[in-house]
Amino acid sequence: MQTNRKFRLVDTIYLVMMVLPIVAGIVLNVLTKPVSEGVSITGARIFFTIPMPLQDLPVTEAQINSALVMITLLFFCLYLTHGLTEKCERKRQHLAELIVEKVDALVTENMGDYFIGFAPFIIAVIALSAFSSLLSLCGLFPPTSDINVVGGWAVLVFGLITYYKLKCGPLNYLKGFTEPVAVLTPINIVSELATPVSMAFRHYGNVLSGSVISVLLATALSGLSSLLLSWLPGFLADIPLFQIGIPAVLSIYFDIFSGCLQAFIFAMLTMVYVGGGFDLDLYKQRKARKAQKIKTNSMEE
Amino acid sequence: MELAIGIILGCCALGAGMAMIAGIGPGIGEGNAVASACEAIARQPESKGSVTTTLLMGCAVAETTGLYALVIAILLIFVAPNLLVNILVNTIAAL
Repeated sequence: MQTNRKFRLVDTIYLVMMVLPIVAGIVLNVLTKPVSEGVSITGARIFFTIPMPLQDLPVTEAQINSALVMITLLFFCLYLTHGLTEKCERKRQHLAELIVEKVDALVTENMGDYFIGFAPFIIAVIALSAFSSLLSLCGLFPPTSDINVVGGWAVLVFGLITYYKLKCGPLNYLKGFTEPVAVLTPINIVSELATPVSMAFRHYGNVLSGSVISVLLATALSGLSSLLLSWLPGFLADIPLFQIGIPAVLSIYFDIFSGCLQAFIFAMLTMVYVGGGFDLDLYKQRKARKAQKIKTNSMEE
Repeated sequence: MELAIGIILGCCALGAGMAMIAGIGPGIGEGNAVASACEAIARQPESKGSVTTTLLMGCAVAETTGLYALVIAILLIFVAPNLLVNILVNTIAAL
């Protein structure tokens, strides 16, 4: 029983640490949000700037919120995985094993067995992106509707794609641009560079368009209800007749479904691009050739 | 001065509206995709899961061009007017 109670204490600490960043974000939002009248669609607010040699580095709401999401996810993972047992006694261990199995199966299916080490990266991308989008349910600024955050992820993925393409040999990588004919080289370079741009724009455009449409609909509904009820006396004129319930339907689509779908698609495209750019047979040939070369060199010496 | 600012605001709004003409393309494309998916599920109901996954994936990729137009429209409405009016004011002040 003693160990059981100890686990419960640790559980409580982890759960509190999971909720605490979100609460801190809401408090920060309430404290710093400027009072505005009517409809306002703005980007991320800048809290303060750090002076840097070339350009001042602004610390924005998006960065703070994504850091909060990371802390929450860290403690969520710790909560799921602490005290693992061989017999799988707790429910949370079942959940953790389910997630790991599903992600492993997804990565193996889309990228092949060679890339099984990518599974933690893929689930990290999915979780970070999905929870960032879901942050708008708490009334916070979702970091994924800022192009800088999503653009950073897209650049990271572009680096991975290029790294795995170069792994099959730099000459092969350069030769890939001249296919099918050498005339198409500029178009190939543009399409290569368009990959991170399109990934970033797709994710950020979906989340941002959801929030813009939600704000426009809320404004339109409040205008409609004030138009219909303005002739009533006293407080009856202020009843938000149409704002009850209707925005929630859109919120289910834009905040929950679209956010999770975009997270899945971002991870899926990462897997397809990284796995598709890497030719395992070519890599093995190159490795074998290198090993042969080293062998002959050492024999000559 | 007022006329110039009015022209800037009006042209930004017009440009945003015209940029969203690109919404036609993804609409047609996704409609085709969903129609084909319906046919596929009707023919092989057991393949519903994989068809749905592929459909969502394809829809998201087909949406990309529409989202480019959307990003440009949003920039034209919320970012460009301030920028252009600032440029105008600075140019007139420099003269």
